[in-house]
Amino acid sequence: MSFVPSTRRLPLTWVGLAPFLIFITLFLILPTAHIVIGAFQDRDGGFTLQNLRDLNTGTIPSSYWISVKISVASASLGCLIGFAMAAAVTFGAVPRWIKAPLMTFSGVASNFAGVPLAFAFLATFGPVGLVTLFLRNNFGIVLSRDLGFNILSFWGLTVTYLFFQIPLMILIITPALEGLRREWREAAEVLGATGLQYWRMIALPILFPSLLGTFALLFANAFGAVATAIALTGSALNIVPIQLFAQIRGDVLGNPNLGYAMAFGMIVVTAVANVLYIWLRIRAERWLK
Amino acid sequence: MSVWARIAGWAALLFGLLYFIVPLGGLFEFSLKARRGVYSLDAYAKVIGDAEFQATFTYSVVMALVTIAVGVLIVVPTAFWVRLKMPWARPYVEFITLLPLVIPAIVIVFGYIRLYNTSSWLPMTGSVTGTNLLLAMGYTVLALPYMYRAVDTGLRTIDVATLTEAAQSLGAGWIGILGRVILPNVIPAVLSGAFLTFAIVIGEFTLAALLDRPAFGPYLQRIGANKPYEPFALSVIAFAITWACMGLIQLVTRFSKHSKAAR
Repeated sequence: MSFVPSTRRLPLTWVGLAPFLIFITLFLILPTAHIVIGAFQDRDGGFTLQNLRDLNTGTIPSSYWISVKISVASASLGCLIGFAMAAAVTFGAVPRWIKAPLMTFSGVASNFAGVPLAFAFLATFGPVGLVTLFLRNNFGIVLSRDLGFNILSFWGLTVTYLFFQIPLMILIITPALEGLRREWREAAEVLGATGLQYWRMIALPILFPSLLGTFALLFANAFGAVATAIALTGSALNIVPIQLFAQIRGDVLGNPNLGYAMAFGMIVVTAVANVLYIWLRIRAERWLK
Repeated sequence: MSVWARIAGWAALLFGLLYFIVPLGGLFEFSLKARRGVYSLDAYAKVIGDAEFQATFTYSVVMALVTIAVGVLIVVPTAFWVRLKMPWARPYVEFITLLPLVIPAIVIVFGYIRLYNTSSWLPMTGSVTGTNLLLAMGYTVLALPYMYRAVDTGLRTIDVATLTEAAQSLGAGWIGILGRVILPNVIPAVLSGAFLTFAIVIGEFTLAALLDRPAFGPYLQRIGANKPYEPFALSVIAFAITWACMGLIQLVTRFSKHSKAAR
């Protein structure tokens, strides 16, 4: 074997990515890895599954359950209302010019989670809010007594989350609705299908991956929302982000590793929802080419 | 389009619009009620005169500007380099930039607090400057998905390879190419990303509260618990800032389209 001096230099192109990779490692990967590893460690650093088992103790299961319920409720209603609105502007039930401003507004509103949103809903549906007073003074309806509605509750939080869930649905589902070809509808009609049959047997099956995928995204979106919940309900409602917030502030669970396990549970839930979204989106795109 | 479909369409749209407009209206109306019986701007006058508002608001604005600067410094060279030299790495880099949408912010900051505490190898939370820096880095991570997408879309509209070769043949180094050729060409995209970053950072609550920094979001939440009208006036201000940022994005996008059509 003879030694041939190589004229090729070491590949150095990756150096250009170094700042990005260092940044991501320090401020995203390592912190997350620290939490995930901590979830599988006991106090002395040994490997254990006890923390994950302990998630089933105390108030933790109920907080996950309420979080899941709120996320499911706000994601389903968000999908439903957002779909109806997107369909109205896409299929020409309302004048065409409404679409562009609606999309712009959705872009803004879908980013508007947080403390100010909580105050907007307090000022509207709270004890002395605009709608509360309007119903009481004009119709004699007391929201909390006659309709059992309280803004600091399950439904209050769900209704508030809808303010950013509906626009997100509109933003994502409108392109999918635009992908439905006119020819498919015409072909169905030529073959004698009614409007209902067209939706049931053609449009909805094609849209199904998009709908389910967007549902997953909306679910993750609601599950991870912290600021709105804290500003609206304080610690009145026992949901995962609020409990985790309290745990980070003052170790209320009395076991740091159990806190890691809770955070790990959150990552798992949002990651599963997002993977579902991405996978279904790839499936949906087959029809939208 | 049948009559019923039209009615259903209008019903859906009107319901949705009411859903968006009523809370905003309720918020605005409530913020004007500080003086009994009449509408007034008293709550606004009070908050704007509040020294703590001025301090926290300034802090958040400075934070947003630092975040934008760090974001541009990291994202523009990376997106440029990936397009020019490592196109095969694009899906991977894109995937990484989308991770902050998957990992909840509260988990990321939880990691910061435990990983960079006073007894760790990099005790960033030990000093005020260190914590501020950590917060800026956290915000950069939160804004990364939006910033990267904006810049990458901007780069798609220009011929990166040709521009780079032209600049190199005229003797430009990498910094010259990035700062004087690439950046000016993607400035509308960078600005869109910057305005969105600004809107995100200005009212952000979770990171600032858990890192215990005096930012606008935690201040708003705190006075919400013990002042009657001021938090609502502050929320209107926060809404207005978000809207202004989004309006500026629209403006920048439209402006850049016009400049392209004129060529």
